[in-house]
Amino acid sequence: MTAREKERLRTGLLFISPWLLGFAALTLYPLLASVWFSLCDYSVLTEPVFLGTENYRELWRDEVFWLALRNTVVFAAVSIPLGTALAIGLAVLLNQPVRGRGLYRTIFFLPSLVPAISLAILWQWLLNGSVGLVNEVLQWPLSLVNLVAGTSLRAPDWLNDPSWALWGLVLTGLWGAGNAMVIYLAGLQEIPAELYEAAEMDGANAWQRFVNITLPLLTPVIFFNVIMGLIGSLQTFAVPYILTNGGDGPGRSLLFLATYIYQSAFDYWNMGYASALALVLFLLILALTLVVVRFGEKRVHYAGR
Amino acid sequence: MPVFAAALALLHLIGGAALAAPGGDGRVVVEYWEKWTGLEADVMQGVVDDFNASQDRIFVRMLTVSRMDQKMMLATAGGVPPDIAGLWAMYLTSYVENNALMPLDKLAREAGLHEDDYIPVFWQMCRQKGHLWALPTTPTVTALHWNKKMFRAAGLDPEQPPRTLEELEEFNERLTKRAADGSLEQIGHMPQEPGWWTRDFSNWFGGPVWDGGGRLLLDQQPSIDHFRWAATYPQRFGGDDMNRLRGAFGNFASPQNPFFNGKVAMIVQGVWMNNFIRQYAEPDFEYGVAPFPTPAARPGPPVSVADCDVLVIPNGARHPREAMEFIAYTQTRAAMEKLCLGQKKFTPLREVSPGFVENHPHPYLQTFIDLANSPNVRPILALPTVLQYSNDLATYMNLLLLGRLGPDEARAALQERQQRALDQKTERWNRVKDKRLARWRAAS
Repeated sequence: MTAREKERLRTGLLFISPWLLGFAALTLYPLLASVWFSLCDYSVLTEPVFLGTENYRELWRDEVFWLALRNTVVFAAVSIPLGTALAIGLAVLLNQPVRGRGLYRTIFFLPSLVPAISLAILWQWLLNGSVGLVNEVLQWPLSLVNLVAGTSLRAPDWLNDPSWALWGLVLTGLWGAGNAMVIYLAGLQEIPAELYEAAEMDGANAWQRFVNITLPLLTPVIFFNVIMGLIGSLQTFAVPYILTNGGDGPGRSLLFLATYIYQSAFDYWNMGYASALALVLFLLILALTLVVVRFGEKRVHYAGR
Repeated sequence: MPVFAAALALLHLIGGAALAAPGGDGRVVVEYWEKWTGLEADVMQGVVDDFNASQDRIFVRMLTVSRMDQKMMLATAGGVPPDIAGLWAMYLTSYVENNALMPLDKLAREAGLHEDDYIPVFWQMCRQKGHLWALPTTPTVTALHWNKKMFRAAGLDPEQPPRTLEELEEFNERLTKRAADGSLEQIGHMPQEPGWWTRDFSNWFGGPVWDGGGRLLLDQQPSIDHFRWAATYPQRFGGDDMNRLRGAFGNFASPQNPFFNGKVAMIVQGVWMNNFIRQYAEPDFEYGVAPFPTPAARPGPPVSVADCDVLVIPNGARHPREAMEFIAYTQTRAAMEKLCLGQKKFTPLREVSPGFVENHPHPYLQTFIDLANSPNVRPILALPTVLQYSNDLATYMNLLLLGRLGPDEARAALQERQQRALDQKTERWNRVKDKRLARWRAAS
C-alpha cells in the first residue's frame, strides 16, 4: 500500500466513521450482547447469570414457541405467494393502455401508504364478526349458498375465532400489495416491446405471452420482492399486535415469533429467553433467505445476461 | 447494558433539558411518573399542586406515563428512574424480587405512617417479603353490578340481586334473550365480560391460585370448581354465539359499553364504574351494587378482590427523602380524601372525615367499603410471573369458553406451564435472596 493509498484509506474511514460508530454501538454490540444474554438468566434489572444452554432447552420444550414458529411460517407461506400473485396481477392489469391509468395506479397504491397502526385499527372494524364490512360483503353469496344447498354457513368471526384469525391477518396484509405492485410495474417497463411483437407474429395469445415473456423477464423483480416479503413477514409484529389490542389473538392464533420475543423481554422480564428466541428468528430468516437465493440461482433471468 | 444505560441517560438529559425545571428557586425537583390519564391524572395533579404550594423546599413534577410497568423497569435498569412511580399493586412482587424498589419501612416510620391507620387488605398489599414497599393511593374492590331495568323486563325483582351463584345462573337464564335466528341478543352474565379478574376468580370458590411462595394451586378444589363453572357457559349459551355477541360490544368507555346498552345484565366491576355510568350511560340508567355471590355450598362473609394503585420509590431515585415527604403528604386524611373523592372512590384509610360517605357522589360507596373490610376480601394476585400467567390463562380460558377445551384439561395445562415459569423466577430469587434480605433488613 503506497503512502497515497494509506492516506485515502484514512480519509475514507474517517468519512464513514459516524456510520461505523453507530453500527458498532447500535447494531453490532446489541447483536453480540444478545448472543451472550441468550446463554443467561437475565431480567434486565439484575445482572445476567450464566445458565449455559438452558434457554435453548426451554425453547425446545416450550409449546408456545412452537406455536409462534408455526404461525410465523404458515403466515409467510400463505401471504407471500398470495401477495406476489395479487401484486403481479394488478401490475399487469395496470400496465394496459387504458384511459385514466395513472389514476388507477394511484388508487391501488394508496392503501400501502397507510401506517401499520392505522391499518390495524381500520381492519379491526372491517373484520368485525357482527358489523364488519368484510362480512357484509360475504353475507350475500353465503345466503345464496345456504338457500341453494340448504346449509347454514355463517361468515367467520375473524378476529375472535382461533381458526380464522390468521386468515384475517392474511387479508389485512393483501391491502398493502400496492407497494410491490409499483415495483412490478417498473419491472414491466423494462421488458422490451419487440419481444411481445415477435411473439404476437408467431401467434402467441395473451396467456402464452404472459407465461413465456412477462414472467421470465420479471423474475429478478419477483426474486427481490419475495426476499423482502419473506424477511418482512417473518418479522410480523405491529399489525397483529394492534389487531389484538396488544395481545396474541384467540387461542394465540396471532402469536408470531416477534410478538413472543417482545412479550418475553418486556412483559415477562426474561431478556435471556427473548434473546434466544431472537437468535432463532435470525437463523430462520437467514436459512430461508439462503434457500430462496439458491432456488432462484437458476430460475432468475437477467435481461443483460 | 452499559451502552443501553448510556443511551437512556442521554435521552434523559435531553428530556430533562427540554422540560426546564421550575426549581430555579433552589427547590428540589422530585420526578413523579404516574400511569393515570384524564380525570384521574387531573385529580392527582390537584394534590401535587397543593403539596407544591404547601412548602417551599420541594417541587413535585408529575408526568403521565403509559405502560408504566415496562417503562419503569427500563428506566430503573438504565439507572435513571423517577423519584416516585405510581404502579399497580400486582406488579410489586416482580419489582421487589428484582431489587428495583427501595424498602420504605424506615422512611414510613419516620413519617409517622402506621399499619393501624389503613384498611388491612390495602396495607397487606403494600408489604412483600417482610418489608413495606409502597403506600396506597386509590383502592378498589370488585362487586356485582346489575342493570335494574333488565331485571324488571325479565320479571325479576330489580332490588333483589342474586344471593348465591346458583341463583345468579337462574337469573342468567331468564335475562338471556335470543333472536329469531338463534343468535344471542343479550345475556344475563358471562365470565368474559369484562373478564378482568379471571385470575382471581377462584376466590369465590374458596381460595386463591397461588400460595404466596413457590407453588400454584390450580390443582386445588377452588380452581377446579372455577374452571368447571366457566365450562358450563359454552354448553349453555354456545361458545361461538357468545363470541358473536361480544363482537358487537363497543369500547368500555363509551355509550356502547355492553352493560350500559343492555347487552349484559350482570357484571363484575370496581368502584370506578359509577364514573363511567354517569359519563356514558343514558341518564335514566338504573343499576345496583352488591357482593358477587359465592356458590350455595360456600356461605359466609362476602368475597371480593381488592386492588390498589400504589406509590413506590424506585432504587436509584435521586431524592428518596423528598419523595417520601410527598408520599407521606398523600397519606394524610385531607389529601387522601381529596384524591379519592375527586376520583370518586373510597379511601384506603380506616377513618374518614364525617360526611365523606354521605356526601360522596357514589350511591353505593358503603357497599364497597364493607367489602373492603370483609374477612373474605383477598388482595389481587401479585405473582412474580403475573403477566405471563395472565396471558396463558387468557388463552386457555378463551378456548374453554369457546367450548374447544375441557375445564380439567385447560387447568392442568395451565398449572404445568405456569408452575415451570414460577419455578424459574423462584430459582432466580433464591440465588440472591439471602444477600437481598440482609440488605433490606439493614436499611429498615
